[in-house]
Amino acid sequence: MLPRRDLYPGYDVLAKRDSPSWNAKTRAVLDERLAIGPETRRFFDEAEWLTMKAIADRIVPQPADRADPVPVAALVDHKLATDTRDGYRNPELPEERGAWRLGLKALDAEAQARFGARFHELGAWAQDDLLKRAEAGELTGAAWAGMPSRLFFHKRILPDVVKAYYAHPTAWNEIGWGGPASPRGYVRMDFDRRDPWEAAEAKPGREDEAHAENLLVGR
Amino acid sequence: MRIPGLGNAADNPKHATPGDDPEHHPRARDGRAPNVMRIGEWVPMRQHRDDEEVDFAIVGTGAGGGTLACRLAERGFSVVAFDAGPYFRPLEDFASDESHQSKLYWTDERIVDGENPLQMGSNNSGKAVGGSTVHYAMVALRFRPDWFKARTLMGYGADWPIDWREMWHYYDQVEDDLKISGPVSYPWGPHRRRYHRRAHEINAAAKVLARGAEAMGIDWTPTPLATVSAPHGDAPPCVYRGFCTLGCSTNAKQSVLVSYLPRALKAGAEIRDLAMVGRIETKNGRATGVHYHREGQWRFQRAKNVVVAGYAIETPRLLLNSANQEFPDGLANSSGLVGRNLMVQGNQAVWGVFDEEIRSYKGPPSLAISEHWNYDDTGHGPFAKDFFGGYSYMSQGPLPQLWANTQASAHGLWGEALVAEMQRYNHVAGLKVVSEYMPQERNRVTLSDVKDQYGLPVARITYSWCDNDKALNRHALKFMREALVAAGGREVWDQGDDTCHLNGTARMGSDPRTSVVDADCRSWDIPNLYVCDGSVFPTVGGVNPSLTIQAIALRTADRISARNG
Repeated sequence: MLPRRDLYPGYDVLAKRDSPSWNAKTRAVLDERLAIGPETRRFFDEAEWLTMKAIADRIVPQPADRADPVPVAALVDHKLATDTRDGYRNPELPEERGAWRLGLKALDAEAQARFGARFHELGAWAQDDLLKRAEAGELTGAAWAGMPSRLFFHKRILPDVVKAYYAHPTAWNEIGWGGPASPRGYVRMDFDRRDPWEAAEAKPGREDEAHAENLLVGR
Repeated sequence: MRIPGLGNAADNPKHATPGDDPEHHPRARDGRAPNVMRIGEWVPMRQHRDDEEVDFAIVGTGAGGGTLACRLAERGFSVVAFDAGPYFRPLEDFASDESHQSKLYWTDERIVDGENPLQMGSNNSGKAVGGSTVHYAMVALRFRPDWFKARTLMGYGADWPIDWREMWHYYDQVEDDLKISGPVSYPWGPHRRRYHRRAHEINAAAKVLARGAEAMGIDWTPTPLATVSAPHGDAPPCVYRGFCTLGCSTNAKQSVLVSYLPRALKAGAEIRDLAMVGRIETKNGRATGVHYHREGQWRFQRAKNVVVAGYAIETPRLLLNSANQEFPDGLANSSGLVGRNLMVQGNQAVWGVFDEEIRSYKGPPSLAISEHWNYDDTGHGPFAKDFFGGYSYMSQGPLPQLWANTQASAHGLWGEALVAEMQRYNHVAGLKVVSEYMPQERNRVTLSDVKDQYGLPVARITYSWCDNDKALNRHALKFMREALVAAGGREVWDQGDDTCHLNGTARMGSDPRTSVVDADCRSWDIPNLYVCDGSVFPTVGGVNPSLTIQAIALRTADRISARNG
């Protein structure tokens, strides 16, 4: 596994906000999302919130020095507060909101039972240990109330947390995605071709070139 | 030609109609419907009173219902087409955003179980005027002729009651209506007419498919797609923005919303958006109309004929939810087959990392295809076929949320491993199959005891692969893995669990004991009740179903017209 790198130095997809790559609807949608702050909370109660934030930090860890981290827990909260659903569920899994409330309480109870502390109070190793046990379906305490921990991990935690992170421009910058693209779209489709409004990847020894290119994507 | 999204109401939301919220207030009313091709404009719409007995009440406006509504209206019938979803204006309502565009999906509750529970919602279910075609990948393929006689000629599944030559006649018409962009000559199957627009330029992800196919010694081609490569009316050529499965914001994509429905309105059809049909009424063995929920109340539309076109989950759900004293097991269900033989298609993939930058987010997601294994029935050596049916496979272009969720859910990555792997996004290419699963009666839609927001029992969807499905999955994954490696892919891994599309559950046939509808999509039990969508497929083949659904819809309209004309 390669460590996370600054692969697209200087690239900011938001620099394209007023370019022909963003239509009005996209601007409105992203404005709304970017208004969600790290402590914007409507759905989770305080205990759930602490657990939720701790889970988000383990599923999609962010650099400690990131000035403005993606508010992952708040984005999950937003999904639940607006009752945005997948449209299907396993019969053993309650609907989205019920599953999250139950699962967060159960993870906290498992943390108490195994480590004598709440989930968010644990170190990264112990948190990951619990998450891996949920992933494998090994957590079966009474607090789960019959909901399989495996399903909660695979059908709720993973998709909801991962999609929350990758719905944010900061995550788009990190992976060098072109971002919103209407109405302009793209022109250069071949191998190793990029349009001037796409992120330039830093090639070893030529990081400065990429950086200079990336400052121009909003032109 | 206008340049959508520039310098007018779409760029200045203040110019929008006050209170205009398509997800909560119907747009098609007061004698007009949205002109989806023009920002802020309307087209006149003929309207009918609930107590007026219209010729056809059609439930659903997607590939089946929308196409049928157009043709029936153009043949002079009075038509009201209902859709539970909103009437979107793509130029104004569609953002370039994965999360936001989930508004296109059917996300009302459904229960999934069986040995291989299906993913629904974004994967295969639309809730919008235009149905799932608003977010489909536009892949416009014809069935192999032999599949219409799968049982007789190939030894599996069931025969269709329609001759392939007749279907090919209707495929010609749909391809013309949608101005399909495709290759000069298509490598597989009988000769077909030229496509109406040039094939799209292929992107790097598609060139990976081409490299792999050539290394494996099989044919490939640019995919025939229902997005125009040159203007068509108010539709501009595709700009390769890559959000096709999240709604096309420029109207290059020839969804039913921008193709058949504007024609339907012009010919006098009425479309009712945000109108959920909950029950079909019958009297003396005939359908008399539909109960529907709109603007906060239940209403009843009288109709001489009712067509159910809700796709393979909502169609059987409505037929079963319409059970009454006359038909205690649900409508059109004397065979007991309503809801049975649900067929999805395999949608497994292989993914790999390439030295080159691929950037597969550019362009339609599936720009290249090989249908080799739909037409080679034996194979040889390590790829000898040990299963019935076939498959095609296509290049892919997942956007970040979908790709991250695939890495998490199917590749098992989270934590630092996930965020690091995601940084290789621009170097990834994959191949994804659309494969033929077998009809099985145990794969079915039934009614759950869970109720939806209208108080109606929701669908329970039960799915399990049979041994043939599993053998096909193995063959496809093995072949695609070799092809991807041959194309230069490294660290290739299998995504083994995905499925797509919905068919079966009201199959057509020649015998009322073993089918729900006849060749004309008319139910055997109720002479003025039709089913016209993917539900009628006796088998699914190894290609995306939309073109076949639309061909059947045109044929059904012609058959109705001939009978009543």
